[in-house]
Amino acid sequence: MYQSTLNNISEGETAKVSQLLSTGAMRRRMLDIGLIEGTDIECLKRSPGGDPVAYLIRGAVIALRSEDSSQILVECC
Amino acid sequence: MGLTAESTGRGAIDSNLLIDRGSKVIALAGNPNVGKSTVFNELTGLNQHTGNWPGKTVTNAQGKYIHNGTEYVLVDLPGTYSLMAHSTEEEVARDFICFGNPDAVIVVCDATCLERNLNLVLQTIEITDKVVVCVNLLDEAKKKHIAIDLKRLSRSLGVPVIGTSARTGKGLNQLMAKTESIMEGSEKNAPVSIRYPVQIETAIQMVEPSVSKVLNGRLNSRWIALKLLDPDESLLHSVGLFFGFNLLENPEIQTALQQAEEYLKGEGIQGDRLKDRIVAGIVLKAEEVCLDSVYFENENYHHRDRKIDKILTDKWTGIPIMILLLALVFWITITGANYPSQLLSDGLFWFQDRLTDFFHWMNAPEWLHGVLVLGMYRVLAWVVAVMLPPMAIFFPLFTLLEDLGYLPRVAFNLDKYFKKAKACGKQALTMCMGFGCNAAGIVGCRIIDSPRERLIAIITNNFVPCNGRFPTLIAIISMFFAGMFAGPAQSIVSTLLLTGVILLGIFMTFLVSRLLSATILKGIPSSFTLELPPYRRPQIGKVIVRSIFDRTLFVLGRAVAVAAPAGIVIWLMANTFVGGASLLAHCAAFLDPFGRLLGMDGVILIAFLLGFPANEIVVPIIIMAYMATGSILEIDHFMQLKELLVANGWTWLTAVCTMLFSLMHWPCSTTCLTIRKETQSTRWTLISFLVPTITGILVCGTIAFAARLFGIAA
Repeated sequence: MYQSTLNNISEGETAKVSQLLSTGAMRRRMLDIGLIEGTDIECLKRSPGGDPVAYLIRGAVIALRSEDSSQILVECC
Repeated sequence: MGLTAESTGRGAIDSNLLIDRGSKVIALAGNPNVGKSTVFNELTGLNQHTGNWPGKTVTNAQGKYIHNGTEYVLVDLPGTYSLMAHSTEEEVARDFICFGNPDAVIVVCDATCLERNLNLVLQTIEITDKVVVCVNLLDEAKKKHIAIDLKRLSRSLGVPVIGTSARTGKGLNQLMAKTESIMEGSEKNAPVSIRYPVQIETAIQMVEPSVSKVLNGRLNSRWIALKLLDPDESLLHSVGLFFGFNLLENPEIQTALQQAEEYLKGEGIQGDRLKDRIVAGIVLKAEEVCLDSVYFENENYHHRDRKIDKILTDKWTGIPIMILLLALVFWITITGANYPSQLLSDGLFWFQDRLTDFFHWMNAPEWLHGVLVLGMYRVLAWVVAVMLPPMAIFFPLFTLLEDLGYLPRVAFNLDKYFKKAKACGKQALTMCMGFGCNAAGIVGCRIIDSPRERLIAIITNNFVPCNGRFPTLIAIISMFFAGMFAGPAQSIVSTLLLTGVILLGIFMTFLVSRLLSATILKGIPSSFTLELPPYRRPQIGKVIVRSIFDRTLFVLGRAVAVAAPAGIVIWLMANTFVGGASLLAHCAAFLDPFGRLLGMDGVILIAFLLGFPANEIVVPIIIMAYMATGSILEIDHFMQLKELLVANGWTWLTAVCTMLFSLMHWPCSTTCLTIRKETQSTRWTLISFLVPTITGILVCGTIAFAARLFGIAA
């Protein structure tokens, strides 16, 4: 178990959200897609340019840019 | 592309909701991309265009539905993830549910992704109890071995839940029967109420009584109390507009609110923390409900999608496949359109001769024959012959890609480059909509949340040619560049050139977006979330019928409506003589020096100017104008067109510059009006007009200058 940010998770790995660092509009967006503390996230696939990255969040596939995913603290197993 | 009468015609400009209050109103809410529009279409028969990418419904569409002899008005709200109003779409949806006074709200959910969808369901039942949940895409869920216990789900939520597969119409009758009984009140809902952490509940109890007194049952007071605690300014603004007074100015509410805020402060729950806990309350409730009623019989249900994604968004194959697909669509369009175009033009011009015979037989005056046959009919015939076949092929093909769910992958692949241009990746989606119609693309820009990025997307949308400009490009390419090749090579060369022109347009989109970000729209890219929906098998038959009737005929109709008067105007201009030369010749001569500077001529510029109402008529006007000035009088063969153009001084440079100017010039009038409506600003409309125009002038001017400098063109 170690702390990291979501952007550092590699393809195929799963992590659990421990804290949201973002504020304002981005924080609201994250909450809208059900990304709250304790949510499991699987990193699915990088885009051709390496960024954004597609994640599996509560059954939906959502792409996030590294600026935003670096604001999500996660616990990896 | 979303190209329907609603999104491109008056509907795009006028999205205000005027509802006939004679009938009961049912609102359709739902997350983006859950088949809400399909439910709407199946019920109303109205062809709201549906596609497999998030954010499809950009305006409120409404239609009528008759069940058991009673007429209902169905309102299709924009797809939203929440009702917390973070974007215009959410505001529209929320305001309609709150203040539009619908008799019932149907929340459409995606069975393959129920948990996330329940967020919206729970938020909706916080506002109103007249809710029916429609779990759509049950067929897709079955394929993925996801089982949903609808009865259990209904028990947990306290509102009726009906399973549907809207694409085949399954379950819709049941849905409407249930909705009817909810509206009539023969069945009462007892919606589950979301329990927030005890401190928040206490605070709600402190505020609710005073709110309840003021609202008098007109809105759910518990919900409004919550929104006062976690101040939702856009909602309070709407409440103010609706009731004509500001809730915060009520002294009793003020005092209660102050006390509650102090209490929460003492408990250490403020700002983001408060918001987080409120959202968590909803999200966790959704999770709990789902755990109870959704069973994944195969944990790897999305494996097939991931495999397809691996190829379509791969580092090495993703972008090449994208370009190949684009080229393939063009190749099929070009080869497929060739023969029918020829056939149509033969037929229509044969008919023109018969019309002429008829006018002569009637002894009609020459000017009447001129205006109606040589003016109006001839331009109409050209528009139909040149435009109809490529549209009828391009639209269904593009719709197939859209239904499949490919377009969000394009946005995923291209986002990095949009980020470099300091813009939003969703601009790729609005760009794709632009291929259909730029006006629809502009309305589609609502899916971009940041106002700065939305403006960039609006201003640059015109750099992708809409289908009114495609046939112009195809016609010029086949006449001037592909004509020298024989057989299949001809269509391949045409395809490559057309793809090249489109890629240039996309490149210009990036370049101009970057320039705008560095100048008048300075800023850093904002946050970005993009959903990649599951792939779905398109319903090929429906796609073809829908795109031909919905899009092709609609767009053609608009072009024809503009072409007819334009044909008359141009004929009159060519046949009204002032001082020895026709008006047309005067205008052309006046514009000629400038046209030559840009590698074109005065006639071409006039055609672009007269083509302001619809780009489709540019080529027909050019042809008309040249024919009226009299070098060749009859064209009974499609390829004779080139001879006409060459006889009027066209060279390869004219062809190139005309294509480039077609790609980069002012948006058509409908698009301009839509921009005005969407930006609410004359200034941005003017900028959206000038940016592509100046770009086109600069590019054409430079190319013409360079070509002449090096002596490779006259």
